[in-house]
Amino acid sequence: MTYIAKPKFHHPGLKKNELGYTHRDYEGKISTLCAGCGHDSITASIIEACYELSIEPHRVAKISGIGCSSKTPDYFLGNSHGFNSVHGRMPSVLTGANLANRDLIYLGVSGDGDSASIGFGQFAHSIRRAVNMTYIVENNGVYGLTKGQFSATADRGSKSKKGVTNTDNAIDLVAIALQLGATFVARSFSGDKTQLVPLIAAAIRHKGASFIDVISPCIAFNNHAGSTKSFDYVREHNDAVNRLDVLVGRDPISVDYAPGTVQVVEQHDGTRLALRKLDADYDPHDRLGAQTFLQKHAAKGQIVTGLLYVDPDAEDLHTHLDTVETPLNTLDEQALCPGSAVLDKINASLR
Amino acid sequence: MSVQSPISSVNDFVVRFANVNGSGSASANELFARSILRHGVPVSPRNIFPSNIQGLPTWYEVRVTEDGHLGARGGVDMMVAMNPQTWDKDVASIEPGGYLFYDSTKPMPTSKFREDITVIGVPLTAITNSTYTDPRQRQLFKNIIYLGALCALLDLDPKLVEQLIGEQYKGKEKLLSSNVHALHLGRDWALQNLKCPIGLRVKKSDKVGDRIFIEGNSAAALGAVYGGATVCAWYPITPSSSVAEAFTSHCKKYRHDPETGKAKYAIVQGEDELASIGIVIGASWNGARAFTATSGPGISLMTEFIGLSYFAEIPAVIMNIQRAGPSTGMPTRTQQCDVIACAYASHGDTKHVLLFPEDPAEAFEFAAAAFDLAERLQTTIFLMLDLDIGMNHRLCRPLKWDDAKQYDRGKVMTAEMLEEGRDFGRYLDVDGDGIPYRTYPGTHPTKGSYFTRGTSRDRYARYSEEGAVYADNMQRLVRKFETAQDMVPRPLQANAAKPTKYGVLYFGSTSPAMDEAIGILEARGHQLDRMRIRAFPFHSSVASFIADHDFVYVVEQNRDAQLRQLIVNENGIDPVRLVPILHYDGTPITARFIANSIGDHQDHLKVTPLRKAVT
Repeated sequence: MTYIAKPKFHHPGLKKNELGYTHRDYEGKISTLCAGCGHDSITASIIEACYELSIEPHRVAKISGIGCSSKTPDYFLGNSHGFNSVHGRMPSVLTGANLANRDLIYLGVSGDGDSASIGFGQFAHSIRRAVNMTYIVENNGVYGLTKGQFSATADRGSKSKKGVTNTDNAIDLVAIALQLGATFVARSFSGDKTQLVPLIAAAIRHKGASFIDVISPCIAFNNHAGSTKSFDYVREHNDAVNRLDVLVGRDPISVDYAPGTVQVVEQHDGTRLALRKLDADYDPHDRLGAQTFLQKHAAKGQIVTGLLYVDPDAEDLHTHLDTVETPLNTLDEQALCPGSAVLDKINASLR
Repeated sequence: MSVQSPISSVNDFVVRFANVNGSGSASANELFARSILRHGVPVSPRNIFPSNIQGLPTWYEVRVTEDGHLGARGGVDMMVAMNPQTWDKDVASIEPGGYLFYDSTKPMPTSKFREDITVIGVPLTAITNSTYTDPRQRQLFKNIIYLGALCALLDLDPKLVEQLIGEQYKGKEKLLSSNVHALHLGRDWALQNLKCPIGLRVKKSDKVGDRIFIEGNSAAALGAVYGGATVCAWYPITPSSSVAEAFTSHCKKYRHDPETGKAKYAIVQGEDELASIGIVIGASWNGARAFTATSGPGISLMTEFIGLSYFAEIPAVIMNIQRAGPSTGMPTRTQQCDVIACAYASHGDTKHVLLFPEDPAEAFEFAAAAFDLAERLQTTIFLMLDLDIGMNHRLCRPLKWDDAKQYDRGKVMTAEMLEEGRDFGRYLDVDGDGIPYRTYPGTHPTKGSYFTRGTSRDRYARYSEEGAVYADNMQRLVRKFETAQDMVPRPLQANAAKPTKYGVLYFGSTSPAMDEAIGILEARGHQLDRMRIRAFPFHSSVASFIADHDFVYVVEQNRDAQLRQLIVNENGIDPVRLVPILHYDGTPITARFIANSIGDHQDHLKVTPLRKAVT
């Protein structure tokens, strides 16, 4: 959160997207996070993804919990409604908001403290309910706002800035999301914008529960030797299973990808994901395979990144509840109230 | 024991059924209550049940009351003792001259009876075993057989009971005929073997009128349908679960698009109360009318979010069906013990609007009104029911709805208003009533968006930790609460027949017992003006009422006089002038209790204060 709004002037020659918006139209306030924070890179990737998808900023609802990560919605999409709710409860607030108006895009931003501890239950249940959302965890393995305590995603054996060794096992949110039935599951690294931007774009276009765990080193409290969430450690141990491109209609979004074979995944809304495979054996449609793949590589100390699983025919909560297409928040008395004649009949049945 | 003549009373007595939980007696017992209602005689039934699925004792009490007293009376005139486990206690609770009805298949020693009551034995097990072979049938039809016997004993018209059974099993001819057969088995046996009818009798009357018979939870749920609720998020907890279940049932009937068949509502059973209120707040923030239903422990879990609703000014409706606390307390017993917890829920300085319906009819009205209030005031509204209203059928006036009514969506700034250049500051007090404008997400491409947060912010929703900015916001919230005073249902006052220096305040489910108690007190020579409080914040007339009387009794169903505390706290009234009358054993308050408590205090007032004389 910041007191300072970004200046509105910008270069007249800034590139515009299909809607005529520039990058600046997707920005928010000036970040008050520490200089070099991985979260700011994620903010930049969200801005980039929304720009590339030509999303109307005000049609996005950005919802967060409490913590460093949860402050970030203030720093992007300044013309969107934001909601910085309470610790760990972003998923329920987002679920409610989504039920009220199915027409908006819901971006849930959370942290590892927020989602893997107090909010672990809400994270799990929003995933299993298939809420149509993009749920991003900005994962640094540490409590930054309270100055350096381990979070539940900190790896066993990793060290804090004060030299304390973590003896608890880590919660792997990606593994949990896969197990709970998320229909879009990815992991990325805040320092790998080339991978992260299309992942966010694809997640936004996916209809269903999209989950992206982004390793985002905490520059102040978790970027030292002994940490497994530091920039250096993640760069050294990153194993990307794929890079992807997102194609909307016929217009490809230009992203610079590593060469490789291409597999196009057609999503429910017509969006196509073009996956450039790096690992010949990797099949992003195999949930069980993804889980095994993840565990095998984790055992080798590798952080697997990329799109791990996608179900292109996913359904969402509204489908399950069979709700009307019209957003519930627009229904009026005529649509909702059964009226006095019905009430008279009800009264008669109660005598 | 002294010789006692049997009680003789027409259309004015209490029958209590002592059963075993899970024995299938509930529908037969309810059928009994409805049957009397069909005779045109008001009834007031109450479930007294354990926090258990099966095996523990359960009671169902039916007060037959031609005078229309719908509160619990206290005492039992006839005990239908079907639970050996509670036999001694059940027999002991019968009024002198009362009746004991029991299954006489196995002989009981005379020491198990009382001399001052009339014992009526019917070999229910023997009758059922000779008729049915299936164990479950034996269990279920035994209940209908005792209902049949009671028909004969109390002189109920069997055709009216058959009519009810016919309505219950409409389209299920086999069940219908077998139930009617069982009914006649019991009735015929009683007519042939017992002296029928006994002193307690039901005679046809016309005292029910057009009133309806409904549970408070169901009525509140219907109020939510009529009030335009589209999102319900809940987590099961006794005694509130039937609110959400009834809402689901009502929505299935009345809320599907006729063309597509799709639902114009969304109901989510949350993983817990935290998620339920979170969903409500998220939906309300986004412009839908949303509610949850819970009970005391749920309120405890929701308080963090309730604070957010207050401070971030997000509408929410919480139906709190109170039960006995603290902690798990007595989950299936009634109390009015969450008054303070709800009035000031959450940390910091918070105040919330509470509505106190007296019966299902008001539960319906207040539930519908709660959504208007929540959106108008942009805050949490508590509908404060309790188990006594919520889970028991009550006779009440028919539910009414004005088709001309339009929902009050509160101060919502639209895209058109923003286009006109209206100044939008999320927390600007434009009208001086403390209520700001809000916008729904997605309203306008460049105007009207804001950041909702539980942290302090200025009038334009910009984060701020400036003391003056924070204080300005908090003062506006007080202003808003004052505005609410004139929007919530006003208290209702009724004056005694003669001028009096004494008054009584009460609320919610105490109402029917109070109506009756006033009559008893008048007969004892005590005149009392009375005021039924229907909402918090208190209307100014509450303070005036107290000022107009030397003493005011505050009758409530909790240990700590929570309403009295709230009145003292909010109105700065000398506590000495408010005399607490407290009932908190988990049973519904009775007219006898109120009349005795107030009557004794009043009698005491007439004694010369000796201490003063001595000093």
